[in-house]
Amino acid sequence: MASTVTLSVARYRPEKESEPTFQTYEIPFRKDWVVLDALNYVKDTMDGSLSYRWSCRMGVCGSCGMKVNGTPKLTCATFLSDYLPGPIRVEPLDNFPVVRDLVVDLTDFIRKLKQVKPWIVRKEEKPLAEGEYLQTPAELDAYKQFSMCINCMLCYSACPIYGLEPSFIGPAAIALAQRYNLDSRDQGASERLKLMSEDDGIWQCTFVGECTEVCPKHVDPAGAIQQYKLSGASQWVKSLLLPWGTR
Amino acid sequence: MGQVAAAPVGYTVKSEPHYTLYHPRWYRRRMSVWWWLHNRAYTFFVLREITSIFVAFASLLYLWQVRALLQGPQAYEGFLARLKTPLFLTLDTVALLFVLFHAITWFNLTPKAMVVRMGGRRVPDWAIIGVNYAAWIVLSGAVAFALLRG
Repeated sequence: MASTVTLSVARYRPEKESEPTFQTYEIPFRKDWVVLDALNYVKDTMDGSLSYRWSCRMGVCGSCGMKVNGTPKLTCATFLSDYLPGPIRVEPLDNFPVVRDLVVDLTDFIRKLKQVKPWIVRKEEKPLAEGEYLQTPAELDAYKQFSMCINCMLCYSACPIYGLEPSFIGPAAIALAQRYNLDSRDQGASERLKLMSEDDGIWQCTFVGECTEVCPKHVDPAGAIQQYKLSGASQWVKSLLLPWGTR
Repeated sequence: MGQVAAAPVGYTVKSEPHYTLYHPRWYRRRMSVWWWLHNRAYTFFVLREITSIFVAFASLLYLWQVRALLQGPQAYEGFLARLKTPLFLTLDTVALLFVLFHAITWFNLTPKAMVVRMGGRRVPDWAIIGVNYAAWIVLSGAVAFALLRG
């Protein structure tokens, strides 16, 4: 088995470069190492100037998303052994501005996330004395999958629509909107549908499906968007047929 | 005038890359025109988008056929004769292949858009796809029966 492997890492140092370049590092190969371990090894022992984000190293925090050999991946869950003999190319996520090396700016997503109201919207809160909002296991099951999103942005990196039309609300934000729409405690679906039916909402999606492919938490944003389209369209038909009802 | 604006208003091009603390100079990549060749799924997607032209062609052909039927036997004969020319035979074959391609890929995608729950459980994807195929076979059988019987 190989004793070393070459990492080819995208570097962008705005103080001295106008566009990214690649730098190679020869690192020891360990079969239990993920790409993030390799980057940490580089930062600790070879080049302290390498910048990237990470935190939990167990697929929960969603900070370490990068492109590995061209595919968006959580680097904490991407083993070096799957990319032998190398070299392994590590790049920042696509479709976001690069701040430095492997760090991208996510302000655009955070802004969009807020727009979709990813919280429980109530027309009227019930008084505390009446206790909590109860939910059956089946009601939980209806949205649980979409609640697994960790905002790692792999889906935005994989979405060519977001790349071509940056105003598109995008896969994760729509999946999270759907997560609250399907929650039995929520009453905000019609508020969200207003935004989602606009130009930058669900109808921008042409169902490439790559967001679902790259999602490390099996959220299936592509499914969420198509289900949203179906309910949006049937809502529209209903409002045509029964203009006095369903408001 | 005689000067060509090289940068948007309010933005000056500097020969040396410039960096100010807390005001990072972000690098924005533009998507290549060839993005759809970068990965097989993208290529497949664009293929589905482009070949929808043939699906539109097949639908137009049916409309044309109905129009010929309405115009009487002579017009319909003319329509049939035109269909037998090599150009239309080729177009029809290509259109049939792409209509099948679209039908199959769309059938396979239905469980993504339709979540059906029965008895508190989600109906598995294969069952939803299966119902689509079954309906396709039954309807095609009914059409074939109606045509061949007559």
